[in-house]
Amino acid sequence: MSKDSRIVRHTLSVIVDNEPGALARVVGLFSGRGYNIESLNVAEVDHTAHTSRITLVTSGTPEVIDQIQAQLARLVPVQRVLDLTLETPGVERELALIKVAGSADQRVEAMRISQEYRASVVDTTLESFIFEVAGEPSKIDAFVEAMRPLGLVEVSRTGVAAITKGAAAM
Amino acid sequence: MSTMEDKNESLGAGTQMTGSEMVIRALKDQGVRHIFGYPGGAVLPIYDSLFQDNELVHVLVRHEQGAVHAAEGYARSTGKPGVVLVTSGPGATNAVTGITDALMDSIPLVVITGQVATHLIGNDAFQECDTVGITRPCTKHNWLVRDIEDLSRVLHEAFQIATTGRPGPVVVDIPKDIQFKKGTYTGPEHVRHRTYRPKLDPDTAAIEQAVAMMAAAKRPLFYTGGGIINSGPEASRLLRELVAVTGFPITSTLMGLGAYPASGPNWLGPLGMHGTYEANLATSRCDLLICLGARFDDRVTGRLDAFSTGSKKIHLDIDPSQINKNVRVDLPIIGDAARALRAMLMVWKETNAKSDAAALKDWWTQVDGWRAKNSLSFRNSTKLIKPQHAIDRLYELSKGRETYITTEVGQHQMWAMQRFKFDEPNHWMTSGGLGTMGYGLPAALGVQMAHPNALVVDIAGEASVQMTMQEVSTAVQYELPIKIFILNNEYMGMVRQWQQLLHGGRYSHSYSEALPDFVKLAEAFGAVGIRATTPDELDGKIMEMINVRRPVLFDCRVDPTENCYPMIPSGAAHDQMILSDSADEPQVSEEGKMLV
Ligand SMILES: Cc1ncc(C[n+]2csc(CCOP(=O)(O)OP(=O)(O)O)c2C)c(N)n1
Ligand SMILES: [Mg+2]
Repeated sequence: MSKDSRIVRHTLSVIVDNEPGALARVVGLFSGRGYNIESLNVAEVDHTAHTSRITLVTSGTPEVIDQIQAQLARLVPVQRVLDLTLETPGVERELALIKVAGSADQRVEAMRISQEYRASVVDTTLESFIFEVAGEPSKIDAFVEAMRPLGLVEVSRTGVAAITKGAAAM
Repeated sequence: MSTMEDKNESLGAGTQMTGSEMVIRALKDQGVRHIFGYPGGAVLPIYDSLFQDNELVHVLVRHEQGAVHAAEGYARSTGKPGVVLVTSGPGATNAVTGITDALMDSIPLVVITGQVATHLIGNDAFQECDTVGITRPCTKHNWLVRDIEDLSRVLHEAFQIATTGRPGPVVVDIPKDIQFKKGTYTGPEHVRHRTYRPKLDPDTAAIEQAVAMMAAAKRPLFYTGGGIINSGPEASRLLRELVAVTGFPITSTLMGLGAYPASGPNWLGPLGMHGTYEANLATSRCDLLICLGARFDDRVTGRLDAFSTGSKKIHLDIDPSQINKNVRVDLPIIGDAARALRAMLMVWKETNAKSDAAALKDWWTQVDGWRAKNSLSFRNSTKLIKPQHAIDRLYELSKGRETYITTEVGQHQMWAMQRFKFDEPNHWMTSGGLGTMGYGLPAALGVQMAHPNALVVDIAGEASVQMTMQEVSTAVQYELPIKIFILNNEYMGMVRQWQQLLHGGRYSHSYSEALPDFVKLAEAFGAVGIRATTPDELDGKIMEMINVRRPVLFDCRVDPTENCYPMIPSGAAHDQMILSDSADEPQVSEEGKMLV
């Protein structure tokens, strides 16, 4: 059978038992097998059931993506793996905190642009702002680029959180 | 201890006891009889409980790597999990090679490691190491037990995970304070992992499709592996039946030997880098490759883009991650081998399926043509013992006995694979995936422990055997009459062969310099030393070895420069096999040289 060699970006949701080492297993699998992680986000989502949700953005050929899913599913604490890129349409969001410092003109311009991106100001000093912006990763990329000439100081991003559309659970 | 407590203890579940008592109790409740271990500060409470117990048999090894290989040999020859007990820090790190070996070959092991007390973890305490961190990538799963109330559950889950689905090693790391603490013991009947559920039953539709593909095939071939052995003896029995009803030829990986008998009429010998001509040519030319419990390893496939290009492929595996990993297959079947084989046989019979007899006849004619090459033949000598001849004689002279073979890693291992004929599963123990020199001697200890009256032979190389040589002392202590049959060619033969074929004959550091006198060494250990230097005396010496009920180091001096053929050079395809030294210089691509 012929191989499909296109490299595609995929967002994977992984539901794991929230036990010590679960995240290390997932991350170790990626480094040990030479897969790359473009973004990673993890938090407990059900306290009583002790489950956490890991959202991973990775890229690879369709074969590599299949392997990644199969290898993840093989980890004992992993309950489910879902490829949200195939499970269309999924919703992806990321949140970022962005610190900008600059002169008067730059501050006005930064404020103007932040409104276009629906970013909110969460901290202000005489010479700086911290913006909070949420949306698809590409929107955050664009906002960061827009802030770069206006005195961008620092960026902190949460990584992608994703979920399937519609009423059903994954 | 009061009588009241005694009574409770016999009840099992819900009893109060210390962590170390729980370990002993859990092992017994899991049906464990033998454990392989080495004491140290962080496991002293467990060793103390062991001292007060008189049912479990503890085998004291001489190095923790030996304990793990012994447990592997025990597991592979019995189908039961092997159990290891070692201390923290160096005890745990010494065990890592064996644990990785077991992971690669899917051997069920429960390895219990001591850890420094919970309040010291993270402080670089004496003999502290991050055992769960170090063993995370080389175990199927592992646990650090920080709460005594988790201990019995974790121990039982450890057995469940090690032995079910695709088997593998697990590590339970127990801090010393937890071993002393009292808590509630829960028996295995009350424990099942919350979410882990391997898929065992294959999909019916896939089985039906497999049968249809088999009935339609013109040039079919079974390619089986260690998964059949791991599934249990029933899988081997069903495999034999399936081969008989279909009439298809069958080959197997290194790990799968014995599932189908080497004396069976459809047997082509093993495939892969040092497989037979007929097995590799059949793999290359078949139109249906039925892979059962094998994983398309690089030693088997050779150059991937030239691997069995004209065939449709069925792949049965219990581990879904093996499907399409190296080779894309047409029909995946996920499930336990025995269940899948039983289902295939049922469908084959119910649907009155028939192999294509005419096509099969032509296919066998072609296969027999390849067989006639006699690719395992070698030029024997009257002066020097040829290593192939030594294995042939060992096989002939041990025939009719209950014989188990373990090996080290190198040429001797490949010759053993090619020449020793296994008619039953679980009688062949070798390090396949990791290729661990030093595996065979301790593995033989484990096998002999489980089968006290059997003939257990480690077919060894003089270099490999020095890696775990100290375990001869263990064999002497426990009166385990293992036979260490060293094919002493004074070289790391497999390294020398690659240097000859791929590195212009520059034999960099592959000569076994300053070898010990193995006969004197055996005597120093309190074992028996035997040496054979000529073909004439070989049979007599082998019989002497077989007949003595003590551990033997057999120094079999063989031709130092014999090479192991057939060989598919790395990066080459199956039909580019080298059959002997007389062949032209092998053509190895630059790409091929990069491969191991
Ligand atoms: C622990 C370990 N180190 C290195 C190797 C690489 N290696 C593979 S075979 C071999 C030589 C083995 O020599 P010997 O035991 O004498 O066996 P022979 O090939 O001569 O039969 C070596 C060094 C290995 N497989 N395992
Ligand atoms: Mg040698």
